[in-house]
Amino acid sequence: MKLLTLNFLTCAIKTCKSNPASFPLHPKDAELEQIEIDMNPIFIRNILPRLDWVALKTLSSELGLASLPEDVPTEEELMGEDGEATQTLKDLHVLLMETGIASGRLCCGACGHEYAVKEGIANFLLPSHLV
Amino acid sequence: MSRPEDILPPDLFYNDVESRKYTTSSRIKGIQADMTNRALELLDLEEPSFILDIGCGSGLSGEILTDVPEDEGGPHTWVGMDISSSMLAQALERDVEGDMLLADIGQGIPFRAGTFDAAISISAIQWLCNAETADVSPEGRLKRFFDGLYASLKRGGKAVCQFYPKNPQQRSMISNAAIKAGFGAGILEDDPETKNVKYYLVLSVGGGDVTGAVNGMEGVDVYDARRKERKRGKEVNKKGSKNWILKKKAQMEAKGKVVKQNSKYTGRRRRTAF
Ligand SMILES: C[S@@+](CC[C@H](N)C(=O)[O-])C[C@H]1O[C@@H](n2cnc3c(N)ncnc32)[C@H](O)[C@@H]1O
Ligand SMILES: [Zn+2]
Repeated sequence: MKLLTLNFLTCAIKTCKSNPASFPLHPKDAELEQIEIDMNPIFIRNILPRLDWVALKTLSSELGLASLPEDVPTEEELMGEDGEATQTLKDLHVLLMETGIASGRLCCGACGHEYAVKEGIANFLLPSHLV
Repeated sequence: MSRPEDILPPDLFYNDVESRKYTTSSRIKGIQADMTNRALELLDLEEPSFILDIGCGSGLSGEILTDVPEDEGGPHTWVGMDISSSMLAQALERDVEGDMLLADIGQGIPFRAGTFDAAISISAIQWLCNAETADVSPEGRLKRFFDGLYASLKRGGKAVCQFYPKNPQQRSMISNAAIKAGFGAGILEDDPETKNVKYYLVLSVGGGDVTGAVNGMEGVDVYDARRKERKRGKEVNKKGSKNWILKKKAQMEAKGKVVKQNSKYTGRRRRTAF
């Protein structure tokens, strides 16, 4: 699962919906993977304002990845005058689109429920008493 | 022919054997590709978007989203949800680009508010009309699904769900649940009154006007929650028709976009390429 997706995923349990600690989910025993894909600068630009930057910073430090700038980059910082991708854009591409969790667990900070991740797919099926 | 929905729950129906059969059938691939392209046409996305694929299965619909070329507003990035681990295993085998969750859409949509630009669902949501256990009802599952979907879409976001209602009751049960969740909703019928009839539930979240999305198309019923009345869409330029394409091209040209020159083939149906 891409770190992009993890920046939007919340705990699925009903009683967690209104609890701010149900986002972000915290990876445990995470095995990371790197999958190369084409860069999509307009997509990154479009998604940038929707990212939870604080959550992304927490996540990359929890995973031991390079530390991120204090503030979310601006649109202007993504593209040079010449229309070339800046290092900022390249870094965001690698972090959000190419870096993923191959296996491990995602843990809710509110209820402690753990979602298993296998082959990059998180299991969000809930037993009916938790729905 | 009996409906798979009436035989088994989806995770058991789409077991390893059925999932492989489904995914490798070129007939099915073609049909799913056509319907996904139709849904994309209705979403009318202008830029690379973040899309939820509801009941993504083995990724036949999702890979169309990945393959939308730049000059048509793509490529899009998608996240899929599906209840069948066998279908998802097929998707892994085929190396699709989207992320996937093993999840039951009847239990809700676990994303924060305003996550997605758009959502599609191809041939999946009719499954919600069958509740498999006594402690849940189809109404309850539809409510969780549409409430969750509504919250997960950004303002002005749209969703298009192609589905196979068993009968008119299921059709209105589904559209009513969507309206109750707050969506502006319309149903588009392609090839009405034939055995190939296809239903598309077109939904919009505040701001975006569903009547704008489906007006002027043949066979569109618009359910407008605000006015509580049904309108029959007038046949003006049916989407996909030659006239519609010519008009759309003129609009694109006016916006300064490069469009293909018109030819005698414009607006003709092409074979699906694989
Ligand atoms: C006909 S397949 C379509 C798959 C894909 N959208 C395509 O176009 O090929 C229907 C899919 O819906 C899924 N499905 C049915 N009920 C579901 C539910 N409650 N939650 C998630 N997925 C469901 C099934 O597992 C199956 O993969
Ligand atoms: Zn929780």
